[in-house]
Amino acid sequence: MKQAAQYKLYRMQHKLAPLYFLLPALLLFGVFVLFPIFQSIWISLHKWDGFGPMKWVGINNYVRLIGDARFISSLKNNGLWLALMMLAPVFGLALALFLNQQVKGIRVIKSLFFFPFVINLVVIGLIFSWFYNPDLGLLAEIFKIFGLKPIPILADENLATYGIILAGIWPQTAYCLILYLTGLTGVNVQIVEAGRIDGAGGIKMLRHVILPQLRPATIVALTVTVIGSLRSFDLIAIMTAGGPWGSSYVLAYHMYDEAIFNYKMGYGAAIAVVLFLVMTVFIGLFLKNIISSEK
Amino acid sequence: MFPAPINRKPLPVRTLYVFAVIVILIIFLLPLAAILLTSIRPGSDISSGNYWGVPSRFALIENYGEVFNPARSPMLRYFVNSALITIPAVFVAILISSMAGFSLAVYRFKGRIALYAMFIAGNFIPYQILMIPVRTMFVKFGLFDTIFGLALFHTAFQTGFATFFLRNFIVTLPYSLIESARVEGATEIRIFRSIILPLLRPALASLGVLLFTFIWNDFFWALTLVQSDKARPITFGLSALKGQWLISWNLIAAGSVIAALPSVIVFFILQKQFIAGLTLGGVKE
Repeated sequence: MKQAAQYKLYRMQHKLAPLYFLLPALLLFGVFVLFPIFQSIWISLHKWDGFGPMKWVGINNYVRLIGDARFISSLKNNGLWLALMMLAPVFGLALALFLNQQVKGIRVIKSLFFFPFVINLVVIGLIFSWFYNPDLGLLAEIFKIFGLKPIPILADENLATYGIILAGIWPQTAYCLILYLTGLTGVNVQIVEAGRIDGAGGIKMLRHVILPQLRPATIVALTVTVIGSLRSFDLIAIMTAGGPWGSSYVLAYHMYDEAIFNYKMGYGAAIAVVLFLVMTVFIGLFLKNIISSEK
Repeated sequence: MFPAPINRKPLPVRTLYVFAVIVILIIFLLPLAAILLTSIRPGSDISSGNYWGVPSRFALIENYGEVFNPARSPMLRYFVNSALITIPAVFVAILISSMAGFSLAVYRFKGRIALYAMFIAGNFIPYQILMIPVRTMFVKFGLFDTIFGLALFHTAFQTGFATFFLRNFIVTLPYSLIESARVEGATEIRIFRSIILPLLRPALASLGVLLFTFIWNDFFWALTLVQSDKARPITFGLSALKGQWLISWNLIAAGSVIAALPSVIVFFILQKQFIAGLTLGGVKE
């Protein structure tokens, strides 16, 4: 009898194991990540100042977005970020190919190249603000060498976004470099040597032999770069706070601004939902890739 | 090897290569070198326009002392706050994620792929979609502007990535180990504790350094969930001090070095684990 009860208990702990092991993670993730997504969608259908009662407005916030010049320019800037940040995987690959050699000290050199990636974006933003500073920045010094008048990049509404994106490309290049260098160590040596005997080399070899083998690295590099570029917020907050005259806004910053400074929670949430939907497309692509490799 | 090994090339080419590597490295790291140099420059250099030349005086102790002096700047406070937020969050996130990863990797229940996908997707979503509800919830439950609250949120958010990461690692472990333990009558908790956890050690090191840098470097959540010095981490603190120090670039530089240092140190000590983690398990060595 006692043995039967004990056996039953043993069966129970086995049967319930998937649940109780998952529970803490699921609970935390549910409360702080999943549930808030739905709440945001709900809030986006209301007019709300964050304190008083919420007033239902349906899709009104979304309709207003279309006529909001700042929203449109934020969207454009997000497009610009996305397009230009794609240079990071390209630079990363080029650097990786350049550094994939076995000479003395190369290990240390490689890790020095990784460096910018671990530094937080606040510090990177500060470094670049200073670099661009027309009075005391390095860029100004370089301009002076050529006898030119320094351009205040971050105070110029046509250049500010480009200046910030350049600051974003720098650490992202380091990240992509890490991915590609790791990928290159896994490239099949025999195939490369066989290709060489067949007379393939240089660009041809890169296109037909190396790049296909680097596919996993490319997928991760593209995913993290796309996500990173759509998430861009820190650098903008530090370097220009969206200025001058709102010219460097992106969706993430626009949303923050509307919610925190203008107390337009519903409107801010609507911007967040748009950004969320844009990112969902890319997240979906990445997931599809992962799930299909699962099967 | 691709490209063709430089070692097979004649000496001048090899020398040229090494030279090129060094030049490119210097250009690539110029911004960092500049900030290091500025952080040891006396304030008088900044006001007299000597921004890029040799520092007139070696002011390392003076600048860093000023930044770290609690009577003159709250930087030390921020640094301690960052540590108090980051370290517990890393440990708790790792603990609950290794349990969740174990569950998703070992048991074949319905919906496990969907749950796995959910953890991955959650890790990639834009922060802004969570901002208003999380901030409102924090205010309501007294978590707003507390170290505990910020640490709790980071723990929850990083659970997505950590579970994804550990689940992928546990899947590669030999299943027969678990089966034979079951035959011996071991409970599932015992299997997790005595078999899986010890095998996870290398993966936990990778994950630990990654989570450490993610959380230490966070700016957005600090900005939204904290408002006073008592809970402000160093990233947010540095951006706040930027206004106060305005033209004291030598102090901003020293503060930046301090804010960046912990991630850099962790990276250099555990570089191999760090890189293994960064590839998201997608790139095989």
